[in-house]
Amino acid sequence: MADVVGYVFPNEHHIHWSLMIVTYPYITGIIAGAFIVSSLYHVFHVKALKPVSRFALIFALSFGICCTWPLLNHLGHPERCFNIMLTPHPTSAMAGFGYVYSTYMIILLLEILFIYRAVFARLLPQTTGFKATLYRALTFGNTDLSPATLRFDHKVTSWLALIGIPMACVLHGYVGFIFGGVKAVHWWLTPLMPVIFLLSACVSGIAGIILGYLLVQWWKRRPVDEECLSTLVKYLWGFLILDVVLELLDLGVHAYLRVESWHVLEHLISGPLFTSFIVMQILIFSFIPLVILGVLTLANVRGKALQILATLSAVMLLIQVYCMRWNVVIGGQMVSKSGRGYTFYHPGFFEKEGILPTILILLAPVIILFFLAKVFPLWMTEEGQNPQPIKNFN
Amino acid sequence: MNKGRRKFLGYLLKGTAGSLYWMLPLPIKVPLQIPGLGEEEKYDPEAHEFVFMVDINRCIGCGSCCVADKREYQVPDGQYRTWVERYLITVDGEVFVDSPKGALEGYPEPRKVEKPVRDAFFVPKLCNMCEEPACVQVCPVGATFKTDDGFVLIDYKRCIGCAYCVQACPYGVRYIHKKKRTADKCTWCYHRVRRGLLPACVNACPTGARKFGDLRDPDSEVSKILRSSEPLFVLKPDMGTFPRLKYLHLRQEVI
Repeated sequence: MADVVGYVFPNEHHIHWSLMIVTYPYITGIIAGAFIVSSLYHVFHVKALKPVSRFALIFALSFGICCTWPLLNHLGHPERCFNIMLTPHPTSAMAGFGYVYSTYMIILLLEILFIYRAVFARLLPQTTGFKATLYRALTFGNTDLSPATLRFDHKVTSWLALIGIPMACVLHGYVGFIFGGVKAVHWWLTPLMPVIFLLSACVSGIAGIILGYLLVQWWKRRPVDEECLSTLVKYLWGFLILDVVLELLDLGVHAYLRVESWHVLEHLISGPLFTSFIVMQILIFSFIPLVILGVLTLANVRGKALQILATLSAVMLLIQVYCMRWNVVIGGQMVSKSGRGYTFYHPGFFEKEGILPTILILLAPVIILFFLAKVFPLWMTEEGQNPQPIKNFN
Repeated sequence: MNKGRRKFLGYLLKGTAGSLYWMLPLPIKVPLQIPGLGEEEKYDPEAHEFVFMVDINRCIGCGSCCVADKREYQVPDGQYRTWVERYLITVDGEVFVDSPKGALEGYPEPRKVEKPVRDAFFVPKLCNMCEEPACVQVCPVGATFKTDDGFVLIDYKRCIGCAYCVQACPYGVRYIHKKKRTADKCTWCYHRVRRGLLPACVNACPTGARKFGDLRDPDSEVSKILRSSEPLFVLKPDMGTFPRLKYLHLRQEVI
């Protein structure tokens, strides 16, 4: 429950957008970021990312499935959720969500089906029972493996990824727009909000892929593709630089302009939001990974050091992006529209929109990914061979 | 004796018949509070332009308006369609604002401020019924809408309870109703106004601090104030929402 400092309007004692709305842009960010990793290989032909290109797609799909869960849990009337698509209100930024999300998910699914068609076709002769039926259904009966068909698959995949990149950007840039377009909340009101959301999405998506890839490789005792990891680290560093610089520039411009709203916001930053914004989001979880990733990239670190430091950075950046979502969503609501006070938010563990539901919603994509991996081989080469486990894992 | 009993029975019968008159569901014409509204054959929303005015200098912070409002709508505890703020401004310009329980119990105790006070006043707050309402703009399903006679209302059967309008309202008048689980806010008592009655809070205000009327009626109090040289202000004009709620004698410290 909330408590207040100073004068806040009587209706503002309760924070309406809870942990669920912190989690929702976090999940969409991971989807968008993961899709961009996959597109780097499929569209921009970054060959080094081949080992994770399919994993990234299925990773995006698992998070995509759970994307609406926090929203549905938050709505006062979730049973009316389809109104957003049946009776959309054209002037509302939020009204586009259903369409943007559905279009993106359709493109993602089509992309996955076209990429996996050949894989399923190759696996079919060795598969029996339910799985074989499933594979046959997923190939839509087309098990042709001739070079012409494969070329066609590849062409369609490239086109889908080409549409998918702007769609992934729209999906998440749009989430930023939902916040940036609220003029009543000074903390959100910046045209940079969609850009910052998009860049932090790339950061969380790449960090998620790095962490997922390394954990799976270690668990399966398989060698880590250093070229791939090193490339991911480079992209992560690049996006992190852009993300942190733009966030600080945005803050810096407001601080320098010192318009009326800033006098309220500076007390927010130095007061209720100091720990989660300045200390956690910026000093610890942005600057430390920024240095680590910089060293890994510039010194071209390899071997176990690369793996451990990349894991550490990925974990820190996943926390950083969650902090960013918290600081935006909750921070904006902390400032009273009276301009004379702040509301605090302490989510309960068991409450409907509290910590436990958040943990469950964030764990769900990992569990879904585990089951999807049983159907969609994540690491198989295009020729349908399993990668060899290393004998001396240390 | 016999005559007396007959007379008594006669009175009893007449009295019973008289009482029945009040119990029978006869169409009783409520005296209209908004002139001209009941005379129309069919209500034409486009023929009216309602505004709400609050005179800061008249409000005594009694909280009658808040009580009337809570009773009219059974507003859940801790949520407010309207409230009254108390402002104290010291000689050096420091501003103290409070609104305990939204002024539902009035202000029985004075607020103690150590410095000498330059100005003290009450500010009733309610829906601003903006010409360009941010809440209507952001509602993803069109559940919040603007009527032709200038009211911003909510379709409770369509609202999904996303709270985007709560975030978008610059005046903090919206909330998610605890029981309905939809957005809710002050409606300027649209159901009363359509019947020619004043909003419940205007009716309850003992000092005439809350005023309501039709600008299209040149004889209405609000029309006369608008034509006069009285200083009229709106809250947060920089938000570009163009509120229909106007304040008389508003101080610049009020947000």
